[in-house]
Amino acid sequence: MEVSTVGKVGEIYRVSGPLVVAEGLKARMYDVCLVEGLMGEVVGLAGDKVLIQVYEDTSGIRPGGKVENTGRPLSVQLGPGLIRSIYDGVQRPLPVMKEISGDFIGRGIEADGIDMKKKWEFKPTVKKGDKVNGGDIIGTVQETEVVEHKILVPPNVSGVITEIYEGSYTPQDTIAVLDNGTELKLYHEWPVRIPRPYKEKLPPEVPLLTGQRIFDTLFPIAKGGTAAIPGGFGTGKTVMQHQLAKWSDSNVIVYVGCGERGNEMTEVLEEFPELIDPRTGKPLMERAILVANTSNMPVAAREASVYTGITIAEYFRDMGYDVAVQADSTSRWAEAMREMSGRLEEMPGEEGYPAYLASRLAEFYERAGRVKTLAGDIGSVSVVGAVSPPGGDFSEPVTVNTLRIVKVFWALDSKLAARRHFPAINWLQSYSLYAETLADWFKDNVAPDWSELRTWMMTVLQEEANLMEIVMLVGKDALPDQQRVLLEVARYIREVYLSQYAYHPVDTYCSVQKMYDLMKAIKELEETFYKALEAGKTIDEIENVPGREDFARAKFEEDYKKYLDDAVQKIKANLLGGGE
Amino acid sequence: MKEYRTIRDVAGPLIFVEKTEPVAYGELVIITLPDGTTRRGQVLDSSKDIVVVQSFEGTRGIDKASAVRFTGDVVKLACSKDMLGRILSGSGEPIDGGPKIVPEERREIIGAAINPYARTYPREFIQTGISAIDGMNTLVRGQKLPIFSGSGLPHNDIALQIARQAKVRGTGEEFAVVFAAMGITYEEAHYFMKDFERTGALERAVVFLNLADDPAIERLITPRMALTAAEFLAYEYDYHILVILTDFTNYCEALREISAAREEVPGRRGYPGYMYTDLATNYERAGRIRGRKGTITQFPVLTMPADDITHPIPDLTGYITEGQIVLSRELHAKGIYPPINVLPSLSRLMKEGIGEGLTRDDHPQWNDQMYAAYAEGVDLRGLVAIVGEEALSERDRRFLKFADEFERRWLQQGKYEDRDIEYTLDLGWELLSMLPEAELVKIEKKFIEKYHPAYKKKAAQAEAAEEAA
Repeated sequence: MEVSTVGKVGEIYRVSGPLVVAEGLKARMYDVCLVEGLMGEVVGLAGDKVLIQVYEDTSGIRPGGKVENTGRPLSVQLGPGLIRSIYDGVQRPLPVMKEISGDFIGRGIEADGIDMKKKWEFKPTVKKGDKVNGGDIIGTVQETEVVEHKILVPPNVSGVITEIYEGSYTPQDTIAVLDNGTELKLYHEWPVRIPRPYKEKLPPEVPLLTGQRIFDTLFPIAKGGTAAIPGGFGTGKTVMQHQLAKWSDSNVIVYVGCGERGNEMTEVLEEFPELIDPRTGKPLMERAILVANTSNMPVAAREASVYTGITIAEYFRDMGYDVAVQADSTSRWAEAMREMSGRLEEMPGEEGYPAYLASRLAEFYERAGRVKTLAGDIGSVSVVGAVSPPGGDFSEPVTVNTLRIVKVFWALDSKLAARRHFPAINWLQSYSLYAETLADWFKDNVAPDWSELRTWMMTVLQEEANLMEIVMLVGKDALPDQQRVLLEVARYIREVYLSQYAYHPVDTYCSVQKMYDLMKAIKELEETFYKALEAGKTIDEIENVPGREDFARAKFEEDYKKYLDDAVQKIKANLLGGGE
Repeated sequence: MKEYRTIRDVAGPLIFVEKTEPVAYGELVIITLPDGTTRRGQVLDSSKDIVVVQSFEGTRGIDKASAVRFTGDVVKLACSKDMLGRILSGSGEPIDGGPKIVPEERREIIGAAINPYARTYPREFIQTGISAIDGMNTLVRGQKLPIFSGSGLPHNDIALQIARQAKVRGTGEEFAVVFAAMGITYEEAHYFMKDFERTGALERAVVFLNLADDPAIERLITPRMALTAAEFLAYEYDYHILVILTDFTNYCEALREISAAREEVPGRRGYPGYMYTDLATNYERAGRIRGRKGTITQFPVLTMPADDITHPIPDLTGYITEGQIVLSRELHAKGIYPPINVLPSLSRLMKEGIGEGLTRDDHPQWNDQMYAAYAEGVDLRGLVAIVGEEALSERDRRFLKFADEFERRWLQQGKYEDRDIEYTLDLGWELLSMLPEAELVKIEKKFIEKYHPAYKKKAAQAEAAEEAA
């Protein structure tokens, strides 16, 4: 082949689904290429051939066609305009795509990740003559009512400010100039596969409060922590992910719908603008960014979507914010890897997944963390990944390799789901390695006896499980009364405390104070029951004590405290006699 | 268009052709055998040296002298409103002896993905007249809800009953049915056709038939043909389409066959690693689009191999579809039709489609209560098997009885029995009234007072007394 044709432009040699092989092309790994106008990424070099994974459907592409190398890695545009966006896997805004190609997703669409025409009010926080380094904040833009967008110096740039302009600018306008001639704009680009730098990682000591009782009490996640929610279909993974996106106390939410249902993304799109954040009083959408690559959208873009999501999250972290990333579902991401690996004819590992599955998962979750940013602030990225194990079997490669990395395991249980106990998190199987480090926070910020109550609850649930084995054999009546009281207390814990209705306007979110009050109340019931037993009440009277329905319903009330106290008093009065 | 006689290898359904001009990926291929007959196929892999073609109609009789013609076009379906009332082959050719369909439009059968931003969330309740579905696994317009069946279970009857009875109340709008058979037997297909003809449903139906003895590979395009027809009718002519696709297990077998022929690295149980994506490109072609009137509701049927719900086919399907209707061999053996096991069944879109103004105000809580009570009853059956019914408390015995009556009276219904939602709910209330009122903890007092038979009776008596006075 003539040397002159070797360079930025090459020729298609082979097309096999999302894999295109080009020849006569000079390329580095992960360079972005345009295959007849379709975006792709170099995933392998084989002799004189270049292997490219294409993010769009390749029907109609034929050998001999043109391949252009842009020479740049796959990057995202980071600047004002990110919030409230909904993107495909490679940061193309879906509303823009709809304008261009209608209701169905067309091919070869080029679109900026952020609106380059929109003007933002820029307020500098540094002045002429200031020395700035990568990651430093040079000014702010009020992006939404909730999020103040801090304009960062790109991580690999530094110098002394020679000019800086206040006023209304588009992301592309120059807002500052450095002594070395570098022009700074409101946005910069960053390659998605490279983690953004920070000064140092900090230990995770602050909980990411989710408003979900079972999470915050029994299996808490820290800000900057990692969690996995594995569960078979119908166990409520997506509902849990939505709940976390809605109620977790982070400044910014990045929701990555990776290879999931189209209607679910629509639900998020329709619901988030209407839901009100309990902390800010503003719609949740004011702090959310969605990446939606549904199951029928091109598989290679699905592979990229989680990286797109986490890079955006890191960018907001670098402003000193707490960011939560919800990836639903990492299994689809792993499957996308498997599909590409198969096309590349790589030697497969377990169940056809590539041998590098574990390392890719580890790399991804390692991008989470609570850090000191380059600018010296503290920010965090917490990652919650849903896992969809085939057949609900937790011994499959994606679940196993995820659990080796993440610190919190929320095990969804199809048996609980079948009983319509939601959230269907199995309390015996799940764990959180943050529970101990976070205990101090709860002690200082909620109540000194928080940890004791938590331990008490876990013990009751564990003992219940042991007793239930006996009950299954001999029936409940054969148990001594003391143990039956324990079962009864466990029932309150399960049905009142752990069960939480995602679709109930009040119960959908629970403050830590309310959690504490509920725990305390159940503990009080336990004491009352044992006292009543001593005082000669029968177990039937305890199990059917009037007031128990009121107790169960108290959590649905806005001013639950009053109802809860009333119910406790009513139960006490009935069992121990009036006025105690 | 050049013809090539350069077939190098034929392996299973695949044909390897050498020395061609550049051929596009996905291109439609016509293969002419020496005896003049033609076969159609599609390019699976195209390189400068060799092109891999999968033949939809099998490779029997193909020799190295056969001519391969690349059409320069991808596989398309000739779409027209006149498709309604017609019976087409699995690859879209009329097989009912009628005239050729004059296309208004030729559409690519690989439909582009709906932009999630263009969708609207499905919310309109479809009344199927089947209690187990309407009451506890409610279907809404634009949903994809599969039937997970087993061999020998009456999934065809249920699919037909839904096709006959499905309606959105108060709109008078009827569904047009697109029916695609993939690898089902002649007998089964005949059963469907006879019912369509007898009820007059055929006039509002497009039928695609790929029977058990038709080439397996054709099955891979049959659902895509059917969904293309559905999209055309829904989005160009505002039809509400009910797509019945049976049986997806056969489709997946064909997918595995192609994968094996291509010597791909297999995923679970020999099925290709991309089966999830492939199934999704079919199932996701359901829904509603903002600003368009027509909708597509999908009812795929699949038989779980050995009744195993964890088998890759039902498993991957369940991860894509919005719920599932699971049939139970045990209920079927008890003689209960429809043998729908409501416990593992689920409709994910139900919560938005029921309640006040949609079905009835008590429906959501009623559903939770029915579900909980039946689940408890079924659990107790397990206990009875160990300790005997005598050991049960009075309360437990009531739940046990509830579960029996639930199956016998509420679940059980005729194949032509079209129950409206009020009947389904009221019948449920009758069963719930067998339980002590204090046990109905999932229902608010106001609904109990409004719908519980005891209160209704009281209210009726009070009214009568008032009138008498």
